[in-house]
Amino acid sequence: MTAPVNTDLTQLDAAELGRRLAAGETGSVELTQAYLDRIAAQDDVLGAYLHVDAEAALARAGEVDAARAAGAELGPLAGLPVALKDVFVTEGVPTTSGSRILEGWRPPYDATVAARLKAAGTVLLGKTNMDEFAMGSSTENSAYRPTRNPWDPDRIPGGSSGGSSTAVAGGLAPWALGTDTGGSIRQPAAMTGLVGHKPTYGSVSRYGLIAFSSSLDQAGPMARTVLDAAVLHEAIGGHDPRDSTSIDAPVPALVRSTQEGARGELAGLRVGVVRELGGDGHTDGYDPGVLDRVRETVELLAGMGAEVREVSCPAFDLALPAYYLIAPSEASSNLARFEGMRFGLRVGDDGSHSLEEVMSLTREQGFGPEVKRRIVLGTYALSAGYYDAYYGQAQKVRTLITRDFTSAFDDVDVLVSPTSPTVAWPIGARVDDPLAMYAADLCTLPASLAGLPAISVPCGLSEGLPVGFQVMAPALADDRCYRVAAAVEAALDATRGSRFLDELTQRTAA
Amino acid sequence: MSDTLVDYDETLTRYEPVIGLETHVELGTASKMFCGCATTFGAEPNTQTCPVCLGLPGSLPVANAAAIEATIRIGLALGCRIASWCRFARKNYFYPDIPKGFQTSQYDEPLCTAGHLDVEVDGETYRVEIERVHLEEDTGKNLHVGGATGRIHGASHSLVDFNRAGIPLVEIVTRPIPGAGAKAPEVARAYVSELRDIIQTLGASDVRMEQGSLRCDVNTSLAPVGSLEWGTRTETKNVNSLRSVERAVRYEMRRQAAVLDAGGRVLQETRHFHEDTGSTSPGRSKEEATDYRYFPEPDLVPIAPDAEWVDELAAELPELPVARRARLQQEWGLSVTEMAWLVNAGALGLVDATVAAGATPADARKWWLGELARRANDAGAELAELAVTPRQVAELTRLVAEGTINDQLARQALDGVLAGEGDPAQVVEARGLAVLGESDELVAAVEAAIAGAPDVVAKVQGGKVQALGALVGAVMKATRGKADAATVKRMLEERVVGS
Repeated sequence: MTAPVNTDLTQLDAAELGRRLAAGETGSVELTQAYLDRIAAQDDVLGAYLHVDAEAALARAGEVDAARAAGAELGPLAGLPVALKDVFVTEGVPTTSGSRILEGWRPPYDATVAARLKAAGTVLLGKTNMDEFAMGSSTENSAYRPTRNPWDPDRIPGGSSGGSSTAVAGGLAPWALGTDTGGSIRQPAAMTGLVGHKPTYGSVSRYGLIAFSSSLDQAGPMARTVLDAAVLHEAIGGHDPRDSTSIDAPVPALVRSTQEGARGELAGLRVGVVRELGGDGHTDGYDPGVLDRVRETVELLAGMGAEVREVSCPAFDLALPAYYLIAPSEASSNLARFEGMRFGLRVGDDGSHSLEEVMSLTREQGFGPEVKRRIVLGTYALSAGYYDAYYGQAQKVRTLITRDFTSAFDDVDVLVSPTSPTVAWPIGARVDDPLAMYAADLCTLPASLAGLPAISVPCGLSEGLPVGFQVMAPALADDRCYRVAAAVEAALDATRGSRFLDELTQRTAA
Repeated sequence: MSDTLVDYDETLTRYEPVIGLETHVELGTASKMFCGCATTFGAEPNTQTCPVCLGLPGSLPVANAAAIEATIRIGLALGCRIASWCRFARKNYFYPDIPKGFQTSQYDEPLCTAGHLDVEVDGETYRVEIERVHLEEDTGKNLHVGGATGRIHGASHSLVDFNRAGIPLVEIVTRPIPGAGAKAPEVARAYVSELRDIIQTLGASDVRMEQGSLRCDVNTSLAPVGSLEWGTRTETKNVNSLRSVERAVRYEMRRQAAVLDAGGRVLQETRHFHEDTGSTSPGRSKEEATDYRYFPEPDLVPIAPDAEWVDELAAELPELPVARRARLQQEWGLSVTEMAWLVNAGALGLVDATVAAGATPADARKWWLGELARRANDAGAELAELAVTPRQVAELTRLVAEGTINDQLARQALDGVLAGEGDPAQVVEARGLAVLGESDELVAAVEAAIAGAPDVVAKVQGGKVQALGALVGAVMKATRGKADAATVKRMLEERVVGS
């Protein structure tokens, strides 16, 4: 049997690549080079990366290969390339969070998740593009460049983790980390045909994740398969003493749950379909094709023995306004540290401006319009006299949404919905309409506000573009998300006779 | 611009003061409030920093448990109620010494509330109600370079030292204190002094005002005598010694009286205190108050101290200064006035430690309030700053009591101790200060004195026995005070009267 050519390597999932590395069928340098070649060939168009250091990646891959050759005991991830959303702080590697205000900053430390992946022997390919400070649903708010969807380069890849979604879907990385504040892992995963999981709030460390909205931000995996996502999640999860909000509990056995789910073991599973997320009377703004794929997927679950019922969560209708008060409020405070004095951009420091003017000029030129919009919104919502009416009220809505989840989970094990009301839209279609952009998060916001785990798994195509199926579970029951997603994935793969992303591979090859 | 001031006594004929104090205490924890950095005072700038206290993007705080415990103990010592659940809050504002663009503090959920502290001034007790005690982080320190004054005005540039950023800071806020009248400045001072002693006793901080580990903001307002409403207050910031606290209140009372006398309006503003002149000058106006946009800090979990643990902390509090004073006053048999002297001289702890090291209370008091107070005064220093320890003072008193030295020699021995020559016994040995027994040296000196003053000898033998004193003096002089006067007198009598 002849060795596969390099370009083929980039179409394989991480589990297979790991197997080949362990078996000596390929080396980390060869693998890394394959991805670097593909990045060099395609990223000018796709715009997935903000920073790639080929030399550093190959050097690192060489170290792993040398260690393996010397007979060292290596973990299952050793030698596997990975991409990180540019929101994660990486020691000595430029980190911008998609903003001009951090241009040129090389952090002096690693985010906990970056350190864990480094310790596991992974090879950092680069930092992926994102909406500035993770504020956006299309990656068009990146201060540097837009990212294109590999399924259709004229369409957005979702956001804010759109660089990561395009990198993985386009074969520019085997898997990647994203962050999800209101849907920023799940929605781009849905838009590009990936599996993306937002873990339970507090179950993956936020240390070194440049904060957008502290009470909502979570890091999580984006991958070509549910199994890859589970493996990556297990590698980054678990308690971190540097993050006070980190939960001191073991990471659930996600890989095992995935394997069980893939065998279709769903008998007795109670599945709730959320009426407020695309159900009767709540279909405005939803693509019919999206609703069709989701309905079919629910039927598929029923066919595997799940008990399906409709569940109503009335407070979910309030999720959007509540989110767009809480997240900007926290952001207005989190982004106060970018004043041009200690890192990144500084504007106007030529002796002719006062300190306050330098701070103002830096922020004026360093932040993009969406970031400014949210800082203004959040500053207003926290102001004396308005706090109770806005931030305080939004926190009450958050409590109501949590209660809706709690009572729903009295009756069902998981809740399901579309991940996004629509498929990927054309680049530029919503940039002048922030509210339309915000509406893209409709289905993902409730789990974010309640801090619950939720996964998006591909469930077919609509208008030739991927549709995501969302599975939400109670806090710390991330394993249920993986189990159900794996069942969906396995059943659809079996029906199709191929992996979901093979469709994209064939199209781009054609 | 110098302020018009009304005479202090005259001020009180027309106005009644209300004061209030906000005190910030840097806790003496080994590490900072939200990170593991050291808190050593005086280290090279920006050497005690990390991503967390520099507010680097991505960093997160972790609350220091020792600081929470120390704050609760301070609250307990002040009779406060300890919250069973409370949160940190973000106080948002821009300043270069605030690395995150907000200070992590507490807002509407302080850790300790509703306490009190009784202070005594001239035998009268004033109850100061404590509104709240909360925990926050200190800011960095700005260094303005190039100006004449070290202030930002006129400086060419400013540097920021983040070593102090993130040091745990406890803020203790009183309720307004009315009714102190003419004693208001002294009540303010006594409050800060008592608070300082309590925190020192708790071991929660070194409370050194000159190093800024205890800083005071003093609020003062005046209302016409008999008025039911209080006047507009000013907040004098960073008053950094006990004496300054008293002076700041006194100055503000006199200044505000002049403003009100002239039909003016006291502005609600922060003011700076000037040590050199004892005056205050306006800072920023509070009328255009900053909106700090407080909200609960989402990066930290709530503080929820277990009730049993709080009870344990309360039970384990050390003896507090007021109880200790009462006990020592009784043990030492002192009058109220004598006790007050000791306290005001800052000698209570020193005397107590000296007694603990073996001296009698009377001896210890005599030394600290007498000879040592005189020397401290001459040196312009505090008693505690003298280079002599209570143990050494106790040793001095023991050497005197044993007759090894007399008081005069003891003062010479003290010279040696202060000069760093070692403990009193070592100085006595090295300087040869011990009292002379009936030695050949002393016999020779006595005989020399007799031989040298035949006229005095004649007088004594002629019945004027008191003339013997001149001979005693001569011997003492010849032995440079090392002889025991009674011994010398006996030896002289034996030789002059007895023969």
